[in-house]
Amino acid sequence: MGRLRKLLIPGVDKKLLVRDAVKTMPELTRRRFITAGTSLGALTLLTGCDVVDSSSAEELLKKVSKFNDAVQAWMFNPDALAPTFPESMITKPFPFNAYYDLDDAPEIAGADWKLEVRGLVENKKSWTLDELYKLPQEKQVTRHICVEGWSAIGSWTGTPLRDFLKLVGADTRAKYVWFQCADKDGYNSPLDMRTALHPQTQMTFKFADQILPRAYGFPMKIRVPTKLGFKNPKYVLSMEVTNDYKGGYWEDQGYNSFSGS
Amino acid sequence: MTSLAVSDHQAETATPAKVIQPVWVRMVHWINAFAMLLMIMSGWQIYNASPLFGFTFSRSITLGGWLGGALLWHFAAMWLLMVNGLVYLALGFATGRFRKKLLPITPGGVIADTKAALTFKLSHDDLSKYNSVQKLLYAGIITVGVVIVLSGLSMWKPVQLHWLVSLFGGYDIARYVHFTCMALIVAFLVIHVALALLVPKSLRAMIIGR
Repeated sequence: MGRLRKLLIPGVDKKLLVRDAVKTMPELTRRRFITAGTSLGALTLLTGCDVVDSSSAEELLKKVSKFNDAVQAWMFNPDALAPTFPESMITKPFPFNAYYDLDDAPEIAGADWKLEVRGLVENKKSWTLDELYKLPQEKQVTRHICVEGWSAIGSWTGTPLRDFLKLVGADTRAKYVWFQCADKDGYNSPLDMRTALHPQTQMTFKFADQILPRAYGFPMKIRVPTKLGFKNPKYVLSMEVTNDYKGGYWEDQGYNSFSGS
Repeated sequence: MTSLAVSDHQAETATPAKVIQPVWVRMVHWINAFAMLLMIMSGWQIYNASPLFGFTFSRSITLGGWLGGALLWHFAAMWLLMVNGLVYLALGFATGRFRKKLLPITPGGVIADTKAALTFKLSHDDLSKYNSVQKLLYAGIITVGVVIVLSGLSMWKPVQLHWLVSLFGGYDIARYVHFTCMALIVAFLVIHVALALLVPKSLRAMIIGR
């Protein structure tokens, strides 16, 4: 483990990463994620260098992933709505999914919780749940698509994030809204501003017309139907409007940062 | 790749004989083979994260090590596959190669050539002319190639390209379409490689052109 720790990214919880990765990665070594037993020849061809030097392949893949961020930002149409579905098509039960068991999901006392608002905003006041519940809400029945490939249709109700950003006087020319969450070991994720301003991007307080249960992110999640599931933060503690790319829990481990649908 | 280019150059200067596979066909063929291999092996790893059926692919034949790594490979190799595929389609139509090589395909011809093939009576004297079974398989696999790219794009961008995902009958069905195309390509690959080894001069033609 000692050697592994050095190879991992600072700020990412190592124990947790290992445990989560075990599902898909029985032999966890950071290097291994690039190579595969039978692909050594292919690697040599791609990188044009010695196969032992897999870090250059890794660098190349990271560059392509950045390129893919740009392509996706270019493809992103701020007016294109995610398809909506009738309530009869809602997936029951809607799956709980996280990098930890449900037992380890954050237990937040709604009365004590406050949403912290930071960064490039005029009004940095923190918001209680009661205050947030008073904001106008909308309901959407959309498809949640997981990076793993499965998908499920759910019903989410809450305040459009763009309305809230307007309300707090956010500088919407900033590049990102960065969310920090209460998930164990600190989940966080950046959301590009154009997606944050998308009409369906929502501060969600209800699932299936009920107060958001603990399993789905109580007291607040950010529902982003134009992004993969891991870009939909749950148990949100704070949002920061920023021009800096601050990374994210999964983004830092190699998931494509834009991950738009 | 480098060694292929070198032998190609030598062969061309030494013997100006009849070219069976023009250089552009050989180039896109091998680039495609490489890109397909990366796509299939990383695709298997991605499949393993949320299997559609009651099995997973052994990690010894997958690429990427875990879902995140496999996605990086898949979304990098897709550019190679798509750009190379577009070059192939463009040149295939522009040079008349598709029309000359793959058409016409008649049911009678396919049945007759299938019988001949199964009784080992199919002629391979002129490699520049495809028999009916080859025509059908090659036209078929090109179509499958187009469908796998389109279904893949539809899953990558189910909101921006929602019309495309609708064309496949929705996101969930697109996954099955994508998987089925992969299975067809792998089946084609098995036959294709086996026959190339059975008729080695066809493999030679795809490497040095004649």
